[in-house]
Amino acid sequence: MHNKSLSELSTSLHNGEFSSVELTQHYLDRIAAHNSSLNAFITVTADRALEQARAADLRLQQKTAATLTGIPLAHKDIFCTQGIRTSCGSKMLDNFIAPYNATVVEKLNAAGMVTLGKTNMDEFAMGSSNETSFYGTVKNPWDTDRVPGGSSGGSAAAMAARLAPIATGTDTGGSIRQPASLCNLTGLKPTYGRISRYGMIAFASSLDQAGPMAKSAEDAALLLNEMAGFDARDSTSVERDVPDYTASLTASIEGLRIGLPKEFFGEGLDPDVAATIEAAIKTYVSLGATVKQISLPNSHLSVPTYYVVAPAECSSNLSRMDGVRFGHRCEDPKDLLDLYQRSRGEGFGEEVKRRIMIGTYALSAGYYDAYYLKAQQCRRLISDDFKQAFNDVDVIMGPTAPTTAFNLGEKNDDPVAMYLADIYTISTNLAGLPGMSIPAGFVNGLPVGLQIIGNYFDEARLLNVAHRYQQATDWHQQIPADFN
Amino acid sequence: MSLDKSDVEKIAHLARLAINENDIPDYVRDLTNIFELVEQLSTADTSDILPMAHPLDANQRLRADEVTETNQRDLFQSIAPKTEAGVYLVPQVIE
Repeated sequence: MHNKSLSELSTSLHNGEFSSVELTQHYLDRIAAHNSSLNAFITVTADRALEQARAADLRLQQKTAATLTGIPLAHKDIFCTQGIRTSCGSKMLDNFIAPYNATVVEKLNAAGMVTLGKTNMDEFAMGSSNETSFYGTVKNPWDTDRVPGGSSGGSAAAMAARLAPIATGTDTGGSIRQPASLCNLTGLKPTYGRISRYGMIAFASSLDQAGPMAKSAEDAALLLNEMAGFDARDSTSVERDVPDYTASLTASIEGLRIGLPKEFFGEGLDPDVAATIEAAIKTYVSLGATVKQISLPNSHLSVPTYYVVAPAECSSNLSRMDGVRFGHRCEDPKDLLDLYQRSRGEGFGEEVKRRIMIGTYALSAGYYDAYYLKAQQCRRLISDDFKQAFNDVDVIMGPTAPTTAFNLGEKNDDPVAMYLADIYTISTNLAGLPGMSIPAGFVNGLPVGLQIIGNYFDEARLLNVAHRYQQATDWHQQIPADFN
Repeated sequence: MSLDKSDVEKIAHLARLAINENDIPDYVRDLTNIFELVEQLSTADTSDILPMAHPLDANQRLRADEVTETNQRDLFQSIAPKTEAGVYLVPQVIE
């Protein structure tokens, strides 16, 4: 059951081969069996899931069901879920029962999907290894001594171990694509503004974007169909029609123009990962694509630009966590300043504190021009590089991450080394472009992801390009031996 | 650039973060390393480059000035650390 695609599951549910309650119970059983070794879920909502499954079965019987009705999913614990703890991986929100649903949750509930639970994540989505979570590290199902990537590491581990048929994630600098790469998944970060951010706890508001983490491009397209769309409650939501992302999946990619930025294949890229990516590109050529060497000359500015812009926005967004209206409050504050300082000092973990401090400094009097303004200018240089490149190519390809999954603890003492894990993904967020990671092979038994970057609102093309590759290869169907 | 102990203490105060005295050397080292990474930005020629505040260069969308939200005070206060008579309680600010 757990190796079926979403459309196979949907067909089986609609034909009555099994019920949503049976399917949901199957996944709850798998979570019960495997979660203790992976720590992929922070909260499992078994009772609610079965309640939603019974409602879905009723819709299926009454022939009022939609495509995804009755299909379970896992939500990253960054999406507010009414009546369910929404921790964002932080002690600060350990006691936070969301009083409303995120738009994404609302939409997927309305589609009749069943929420299995909330997945582990780096605290406030700040991390690339899922090691900053208050709820402990998540293990990579491909090798439990290694990280699953982050920040959507719980969703990635849950998907890789087939503890859910599909999951949501969010991506501020690579947090969908990098864990998808490390866990052999298909992950899509859409264009900024494509999916509502309402009720998605904010990290860096000009970069954050939700997306699907799936077993295949086809599954990702089905979920994106439901997640995307305008929302008046998100001031940066884009008013633009949502196409049926499954409609063009099988279109020919004959003549597709692929750009390969030389900056994505330079120093720092593991040679075996490079060889795997080159083999994937050859497959595309055999499918009729053409390849062009391109340059994104300001790529080297991406990581430094990001580590001004994202912390600046995070220091502002996280100022709402002050111990007054919700979240953690320290014991016996002696005055208001003490309440703020100790509540925040106790509630936030080390990485979050570091980023708040970077942002605070970058925005402080006398430094604004040198850091924040300069970074916003560099952001435009990075974005203009892509605009230039898309004059000549349809998609840009390269590695998602410079290496395969690294060992737990390996980069914990060196924040800068950890930040470089996102060196190929960050520029896409800065530019607001859509990007994907798809399984492209293995190095020493560990998955390698191919990154595909598209022009604004070109998600349908990305999914088409990914799907054609997945028709020609079976990397995406590989499952870690212990979790089949 | 290099930060020192007093810089870290000042930033922590501005951010309203209590930090342990013992952790300050680590913050000094880590923040210095991160700002060294950020220093690379100074090599970029950004004269005449317009700062990019929004990835799609969109403007703020406006709506009619009408009430759209209903009062949910009781619901929102049900998760607050401390409330009384419909207000949030904090330590006394005015003597």
